[in-house]
Amino acid sequence: MFKKRMLTLFLLLTLVALALCACGDSTQPGNQDDSEDHSSGEIVYGGEIVVGIAQDLEDSLDPYQMVAAGTREVLFNLFEGLVKPNSAGDYVPAVASDYSISDDRLTYTFTLRDGVLFHNGETVTADDVLYSFETCASTTIDLSLQAALDGIQDISAEGNTVTITLTEPNNDFISYVAGVYIIPQDYADQATNPVGTGPFHFVSRSIQEELVMEKFEDYWGQAAYLDKVTFKIYEDANAKMSALGAGAIDITSHLTVDQADVLSSEYTVLEGTMNLVQALYLNNAVAPFDNVLVRQAMCYAVNVQEILDLTANGHGTKVGTSIYPAFTKYFDATLSDYYTYDPDKARDLLEEAGYGDGFSMTITVPSNYTPHVNTAEVLVEQLAAVGIDASISTIEWDTWLNDVYNGRNFESTVIGFDAATLTAGALLDRWVSTNGKNMINFNNADYDSLIAQAETTTDDDAQTELYKQAARILTEQAANVYIQDMADLVAIKNNLTGYQFYPLYVMDMSTVHYVQ
Amino acid sequence: MKYIVKKLITLIITLFVVSFLAFLAFQVISGDAATSMLGTNATPEQVAQLRAELGLDRPVLVQYGDWLGSFLQGDMGTSYTYNIPVRELIAQRLPVTALLTLMSFILILVVSFPLGLLAAEQEGRLLDRSLTISNQIIMSIPPIFVGILLSFVFGEVLRVFVPGNFVSYKEDLPAFLLYMLFPAISIALPRIAMTVKMLRSSVLNEMGKNYIYTAYSRGHSRSSALVSHALPNAMIPVVAFLAVSIAEMAAASIIVEQIFSVPGIGRLLLASISNRDVPVVQAIVVILAFWVVAVNFIADILYQYMDPRVRLS
Amino acid sequence: MKKINTEPLFKRQNYFLRIGAVITVVMLLMIVVGYFWTPYSTTQMNADLKFAGPSLAHPFGTDNFGRDIFSRVTEGAGTTFFIAVCVVLIGCIGGTIIGSLTGYFGGAADTILMHICDAITAFPSILMALVIIAAFGGGKYRIILILGILFIPSFARVVRGEFVRQKNLNYIYSARLMGAGHFRIMFRHILPNTIPVLLPAISIGFNNAVLAEASMSYLSIGVQPPDASLGRMLSEAQVYLGKAPWYAIFTGLVIVLLILGFSLLGEGLQQKNRR
Repeated sequence: MFKKRMLTLFLLLTLVALALCACGDSTQPGNQDDSEDHSSGEIVYGGEIVVGIAQDLEDSLDPYQMVAAGTREVLFNLFEGLVKPNSAGDYVPAVASDYSISDDRLTYTFTLRDGVLFHNGETVTADDVLYSFETCASTTIDLSLQAALDGIQDISAEGNTVTITLTEPNNDFISYVAGVYIIPQDYADQATNPVGTGPFHFVSRSIQEELVMEKFEDYWGQAAYLDKVTFKIYEDANAKMSALGAGAIDITSHLTVDQADVLSSEYTVLEGTMNLVQALYLNNAVAPFDNVLVRQAMCYAVNVQEILDLTANGHGTKVGTSIYPAFTKYFDATLSDYYTYDPDKARDLLEEAGYGDGFSMTITVPSNYTPHVNTAEVLVEQLAAVGIDASISTIEWDTWLNDVYNGRNFESTVIGFDAATLTAGALLDRWVSTNGKNMINFNNADYDSLIAQAETTTDDDAQTELYKQAARILTEQAANVYIQDMADLVAIKNNLTGYQFYPLYVMDMSTVHYVQ
Repeated sequence: MKYIVKKLITLIITLFVVSFLAFLAFQVISGDAATSMLGTNATPEQVAQLRAELGLDRPVLVQYGDWLGSFLQGDMGTSYTYNIPVRELIAQRLPVTALLTLMSFILILVVSFPLGLLAAEQEGRLLDRSLTISNQIIMSIPPIFVGILLSFVFGEVLRVFVPGNFVSYKEDLPAFLLYMLFPAISIALPRIAMTVKMLRSSVLNEMGKNYIYTAYSRGHSRSSALVSHALPNAMIPVVAFLAVSIAEMAAASIIVEQIFSVPGIGRLLLASISNRDVPVVQAIVVILAFWVVAVNFIADILYQYMDPRVRLS
Repeated sequence: MKKINTEPLFKRQNYFLRIGAVITVVMLLMIVVGYFWTPYSTTQMNADLKFAGPSLAHPFGTDNFGRDIFSRVTEGAGTTFFIAVCVVLIGCIGGTIIGSLTGYFGGAADTILMHICDAITAFPSILMALVIIAAFGGGKYRIILILGILFIPSFARVVRGEFVRQKNLNYIYSARLMGAGHFRIMFRHILPNTIPVLLPAISIGFNNAVLAEASMSYLSIGVQPPDASLGRMLSEAQVYLGKAPWYAIFTGLVIVLLILGFSLLGEGLQQKNRR
């Protein structure tokens, strides 16, 4: 009994310390809770670890055929593009050793790094790069990437230099270059036995069970520390918790606070953010959400802090628009507090909008995302306090995709949108009135023109300013009831260190190592 | 013989109907492989484009005919989700579920027969009564709750096994068997209770009949009359019940596989349904339906073999 | 040695019937009272009370939103009970109609309907559930509909078997000779005689309905949050097993009691009937 108390106390202290860390860090670029040296000691090379992941890799392993975030998260360790993102959110040279962009922003020149090897032992040539770009452009099912590659007018190679010419400037082009993973020419087995240039090479995969990768000895850069990494799939949260309880997992991410709470002292819990915008997304085309007063009233009626307290013991970062905090360049913290919790004001606004007696609404939530379902449960309670009678309808994820996302047949939904690339456009473009992804039917002429301007502006500062203004419109117009960027808790064994948070949805294992 | 041919025709018709219904089901349920694969970063146009590429925009009957045609030639198609042949997927999973069902079945046989006979033999005594009461209680515990309790007690408190850390039978058979013991118990437990109850009342029913008194008069003791005379006849309804149980166990394993993270057919079915991976679902539906119908069929034949009275009529 | 134990058997019947009746009455009382009044609101959340262990104020503790588990279990038992009763009603009525018609008349309709029942049994229930959800939409009524349909075949088989057996008995021949019509024979003569086989089927059906509701909710196809049902609560509780074991244990216990009460009652009645 006493031992258990001590354990609880210890966990509590760890969490408090973490919470403090997180607060102190909020002004730092990105959301790095730099895990380096959370236990001091000497770096140990080698060893094997088991990484617990919460979803099956429901994909082909062909780098151009995979779309699920969960697959990208893992295969980040196998593949690289000419450039790749780092943990600070910048694109740094990878298979290319250097690149330059012409002043008119139309020509990109990449110099290939010498002696980069594929996992099958062959050297990367300019022909492989051309092959990769062509294959990717013609076979990828990531259609944003395909659209970006369609903007290539010409791609050519000379020696170890690859030159890409665009038909028109595209400020985000480099982020798409990172998405074109370089693969060996005429290798047909990518779907089941992928070959890339990353710090780990593929070993085996059992569907709904595990994916095994080993250190790639001939990696061009800083080689991985670990010899072998097994990504083990725990689709059932309870099974994952039991495995953690038994110490069978070395690292796992995306834990909820309640889950992290019960971990033994074997683990250290690191906190980052999920890098998504969770909101009560409102269909702006249906009554009463077509009325800006109603939407604003709902923003005042929702107490975000209480949601964080109830669903995550206060963890998570409040957001006020479709930009999450890791996007420091565009994130405007003042928008997060634009609407302060004020039920009286909410009632007044409802009265003004002609809904003094409240109204009924349905919140549609994908049933497999427990955090969203939990948030919806709290929302129902909070909205009831101002006379809005909300009910929840949980549906399957695929039904959600079809009916809500593609069919736009819904009133409101709780979901989190992430960014496919590290660009403001990836988060903001979708709310342009004519955009096919504008699920909420947001229609604001000012917003449309700001985004259009931003896309054609070549000056970086001016562009940033335009995006910030657009983001402010989303807040002022109360396009959605913005809630939070959820806390992402990572549990890591105490004898491991080096885990890095990325502003993208990836798990980089190359920096993780054992310590003495 | 005529009977068997008739039953076989029934089997084929059922499989055909079930596979067609399953195919039709995906026309009613919203979402398809295209929406599933593209997620939240695609426009409806892009979804439509992929749908066309996958051939999902064709009429249902054409798609079904296509599937049926290749299925009859032994080709189960390719999984949309994993992009590997369905046959390979099934080959990985089927042995796991089959072994789980087999283990549960063995557990039922090994535990319930001695207990049922003991209860009948000790009729009315303390042992019989406590067995009857615990049977009633066990039958009232939902398999999910059994699973939760087992994984809590043996997984987290006693640490006999690690829930979620499934070991393949190919890698380490003893570890696999130890792991599977718990899901097998979850499936078997309520059925053990039912079998014990059934066997007990069936044996007691026989024990009241005249031929048992004849056996007594020939000098048999109660237990010997019970085992050598009453049991064979008492087995008939129990065998029928066990056959139905085997068929049901395949369905029960869907939930249990989920609780214990066992990568069997059930979990694959759930995942494939939610991914709208129709070729995989079709293959599993046909296999499960075949299992249910075939087991009932075998039970029928066994029943006739064991009970001459049925054979006559 | 040849003594037939009628005396203890007789005692045990009362024992089953009595205990079953006591448990069931207590559960029903809890459900009925809970419908009008619970100690706490079943939806009121409180961040300060998250995962409070069992105490005098909260005998079953609180859940992940700080809601009183006892109050929610009371409401959940009501929902589950309602669902189970409706499911058994649909299954029993549908099954009796199909079973009596097919059993009595036989022929092609019998073959076809029994094939359909086979197909329903062989068809994965989750897929069927999804179809019905897609076609009819949500709420706890869909779970009733889904399970109701799934329960028809088993009742149909029981009733059909009994009809096939009874229709060839002498009393039916006499009834027919006296000029009774088919429907009169079916419903006035045979149906009352199927009660001895229907009664256990109903009792087992009730148990299975409670279990099935739990399974469906476990797969997130069931009662919608924040409404409570025992199955839904159990599946939610599983996630917090390490942190708040009382959540799963008390919810599970209430399910066990609910089923146990009914099965004992059914068992007791059956034995009384048999006497």
